[in-house]
Amino acid sequence: MSDQPPIVQFRAVNKRFGDGPLVLNRITLAVGEGEFVSLIGPSGCGKSTLLRLASALSPVTSGGLAVDGTAPEEAREHLAFVFQEATLLPWLTAAGNVELPLLLRGVAAAERRSRAMELLALVRLREAAARYPRQLSGGMKMRVSIARALAREPRILLLDEPFAALDEITRNHLNEELLDWREKTPFTALFVTHSVAEAVFLSNRIEVMAANPGRIHAGVPVDFPYPRAAALREQPEYFAKVAEVSRLLHAAEEDRPA
Amino acid sequence: MKRRDWAVWLSPVLSGVLFVALWYAVRAATGLQSWILPTPEEIFQAAWKEHGTLVRAAGGTAVGALGGFLAASLAGLAIALGLGGARWLRAGLYPWLLVLQMTPVIVLAPIIVLWAGPGLPGIVTVTFLISFFPIVVNTTQGLLSTDAHLVDLFRTYDATRLQELWRLRLPSAMPYFLAGLRIAATLAPIGAIFGEYLVGNASGGTGGLGFLVYVYNTQIKIPALFATGLISCLLGFIFVAAVSWLNWAVLHRWHDSFERHDR
Repeated sequence: MSDQPPIVQFRAVNKRFGDGPLVLNRITLAVGEGEFVSLIGPSGCGKSTLLRLASALSPVTSGGLAVDGTAPEEAREHLAFVFQEATLLPWLTAAGNVELPLLLRGVAAAERRSRAMELLALVRLREAAARYPRQLSGGMKMRVSIARALAREPRILLLDEPFAALDEITRNHLNEELLDWREKTPFTALFVTHSVAEAVFLSNRIEVMAANPGRIHAGVPVDFPYPRAAALREQPEYFAKVAEVSRLLHAAEEDRPA
Repeated sequence: MKRRDWAVWLSPVLSGVLFVALWYAVRAATGLQSWILPTPEEIFQAAWKEHGTLVRAAGGTAVGALGGFLAASLAGLAIALGLGGARWLRAGLYPWLLVLQMTPVIVLAPIIVLWAGPGLPGIVTVTFLISFFPIVVNTTQGLLSTDAHLVDLFRTYDATRLQELWRLRLPSAMPYFLAGLRIAATLAPIGAIFGEYLVGNASGGTGGLGFLVYVYNTQIKIPALFATGLISCLLGFIFVAAVSWLNWAVLHRWHDSFERHDR
């Protein structure tokens, strides 16, 4: 992992919107191929902005940012973004939504269809293929949204608090499944969350951020081996790691720049 | 059936009965002559007596209204695509659309006769002018109201502008376009009748309900005039019903306005 160049690399990146205050201050962060890195921090620490920079939805103000060894806008082909809301097109069925990125790439109808059905089977929604988004629960919508992202066969998956609106039970299930899907269709993940427990369960590394301006406070490795099962949440090492990250998060909130 | 269900059906029936009763009461109290205020009964009698003429005229009006409505739908959508697509087009075109909309059609009528000619082309033009504006305004609003998250999604897909328009903005503007069509559907028959009244008789009469208004008025056949109004309403209802059906057909599977709530 460490021999290869990082797939996402921030070098002293600053970001401000217009003449506004600094939103991100000297962000330096490297994500290696196959890593699962979570960004956690108080509201307004710019963690979502960081994902928008990586996906070229917003330009960096200064500093260097390389995705897949090139400029972010050149790397979009290998990248997929999962937003906080499921952002499904309401006029397309679940299958239609999963097909969408393939349709935009000009993939033939039959291939689109079979690929969408495979992915819906992966997220256990094969029976819901013909349903419209308004007929799906919040958890099901998010499954479709992730299936749609996976349809792009991304090397990098950016996830912006995808499970924040879901109840804890659904969220835990989706956390386990996300790791499972990753075993089957490997991708590098950069995951933004408010939940320490979620970050510890999913990641091999957690970057704790501080706000005003947004910056990285500390990086914490999480060494539990993959594949991880639900039982991990009952282990003392897991509790210890959650406590460690919680302490760092608390310290980050106290951390005022000079 | 729950109480609320039959109340919804009974309410318009009751208000209708009340309205007719009030009509008779006013007539009885004021003692107005039937050529000033005919009773509903006299209006129905006139409608029956003139039904051949009325139906033929309504058919003629329907043709003009439909022509103008279809032209307004297509042109309205096309103009909205331009306005929604580029800010410079919006800035350049919108004031002139307003000017066109603000100019009374009655002022334009002689010019329309001069340019489009009397009869059907003139009537279609008047209908078009009266009904295209709400389609343009609504559809443009719809194109501009596309969910910002979905626009971001399309940007992460590297979608072309054409893909974004065709696959995202146009479908998400559909409910707005259909709302515009609904307004236009109420205006189109009125536009056609107005057109017939203004330009239809310039050639000595091409028929239509608007021309009947002119004829019955000069002949002081006031109950028949009321009957013409009634038929115009019916024509309007048919237009609105057709668009409501279209609205249902396009939206009922996915749009929230067709969400059934269990209570």
